[in-house]
Amino acid sequence: MKIDNNTVLKIAKLTRLKINPSEIDELSDQLTSILDWVEQLNEVNTDNVEPLSNVSMAKLPHRNDEESKEDRSKDVLSNAPEKVANFFVVPKVIE
Amino acid sequence: MEFNTITDTRKKILSKKISILELNQIFINRIKDQKKINAYIFFDEDLIVKRCKQLEKFNDDLILKGIPLGIKDLFCTIDMPTTAGSKILSNFKPTYESFVSNKLLKKGSVFLGKTNLDEFAMGSSTTTSFFGNTINPKSPPKKKLVPGGSSGGSAAAVAANLCLGATGTDTGGSIRQPASFCGVVGVKPTYGLCSRWGIVAFASSLDQAGVFANNVYDTAILLKEIAGYDSNDSTSANVNIPNYFQKLNYNMSGKVIGIPEEYNLPGISDEINEVWEKAKKIYEKGGAKLKKISLPHTKYALPTYYIIAPAEASSNLARYDGVKYGHRANVDTSLDEMYELTRSEGFGKEVKRRILIGTYVLSAGYYDAYYLKAQKVRKLIANDFANAFKECDVILTPTTPGPAFGIGEKEDDPIKMYLNDIFTVPASLAGIPGISVPFGESKDGLPLGIQLLSKHFDEQSIFDAGLYLEKNYE
Repeated sequence: MKIDNNTVLKIAKLTRLKINPSEIDELSDQLTSILDWVEQLNEVNTDNVEPLSNVSMAKLPHRNDEESKEDRSKDVLSNAPEKVANFFVVPKVIE
Repeated sequence: MEFNTITDTRKKILSKKISILELNQIFINRIKDQKKINAYIFFDEDLIVKRCKQLEKFNDDLILKGIPLGIKDLFCTIDMPTTAGSKILSNFKPTYESFVSNKLLKKGSVFLGKTNLDEFAMGSSTTTSFFGNTINPKSPPKKKLVPGGSSGGSAAAVAANLCLGATGTDTGGSIRQPASFCGVVGVKPTYGLCSRWGIVAFASSLDQAGVFANNVYDTAILLKEIAGYDSNDSTSANVNIPNYFQKLNYNMSGKVIGIPEEYNLPGISDEINEVWEKAKKIYEKGGAKLKKISLPHTKYALPTYYIIAPAEASSNLARYDGVKYGHRANVDTSLDEMYELTRSEGFGKEVKRRILIGTYVLSAGYYDAYYLKAQKVRKLIANDFANAFKECDVILTPTTPGPAFGIGEKEDDPIKMYLNDIFTVPASLAGIPGISVPFGESKDGLPLGIQLLSKHFDEQSIFDAGLYLEKNYE
């Protein structure tokens, strides 16, 4: 699958990464070669194969979904680049 | 007095041949002397001294009391910053301790600092760290070699005797490969054996914590201490953790050692094949039976991994948006622009590449063709191992396709770099445990490693077989 410059920009938008115009050609080449390489998987017959998501095969224990009353807001906010009272501050989104 | 192993150092502390503070002072001085290898990216002498004094107040004999350890900078630590080797987390101060590091603290160990790693654990060379590369302490005088990665700082710290053991994480080989490059023992346990709580996430279905040390005994001690069920990690397994150390038994008589024929890859150097042959003979000498086994989907492990890992990474790394923690770009024109600039400034090249690939393979119209396909091939790879273990107790392979390479090599070609993980990735995809034990040397005198794999939650078998190899390596 060829990843052309437009596709690079489209994925970059989805990932919220700003790509310098000077990087686009190189990224297009690298992403294309990586995808060409992973497409070897098309050789494998996977009809009737279940996708694997739980690899350890161990039975995963369930826990009760219990509410915690502990107030951790100070901890949660402690690394915020910008905060006011109990809120994270971001650039204005509504004019 | 020499201090190379946990078992021996513990005896010296218990018999009062050395105090905890004196011992750790030796390691502090060594770290200062070896600053140029950049094994530690956070190191605070006062913090270490304070911890030692606090430990000396209590007259207990915790299993790791006073033992100096290095902690990969992917584990959240309350007393030390946690950066994941990235600019985007360069000012991050966790408000809680990871499950694994907390267990080590409770057993009385002393954290000497945070060890270097590839940014977000994505790499095989520790050259993608925002804090500069780590130099392999086994480098020859005139050449600087990589320590491997991503846990390169931990492997280098153990190899250079800048701690007695270290934590690592292994997603596709990030413990076993650097252990092999630096000539130390590295263990990646079964997926789910150690909690991922408080470990900065890379690829959640693959990430697993493990340990490094200078011998198999020490890794057996450390692994038992970090393993165990944790309700904060929904993939943590509630299984009985054996006392690996006490149960160690290196009698190989009657054991069946599987030799996967597909690991005889074209392009693997003669020196690797020779070391592999030598290891097989040593097991035979000890009464083990060698058995040719087949892992038919080996060839597809790397492409499978390089779909699954970036896909999960792109999802996990979406949280770095400059709002809740970490770096934020200095721009307030719009929220979108702030996100984009923050992430572009904060992430390095390889991380961006993987986020882009991962987002692409998960995007509408491509999910089935890439991610779902890769999960199905992953199932076939896991089945290969399950079938193989019907015929053998452990599987014996080289750890890496070659010895440590020079810093800066393989940088221009991502796929070439990815091929480093060719022997380690299949086991990661299957979620089975693996150990790398130093064995043999390259023609230039560099360390090489042998990898041993076993069934899910059968860490004991790889410790036993690893100890046998260690004892019989001249």
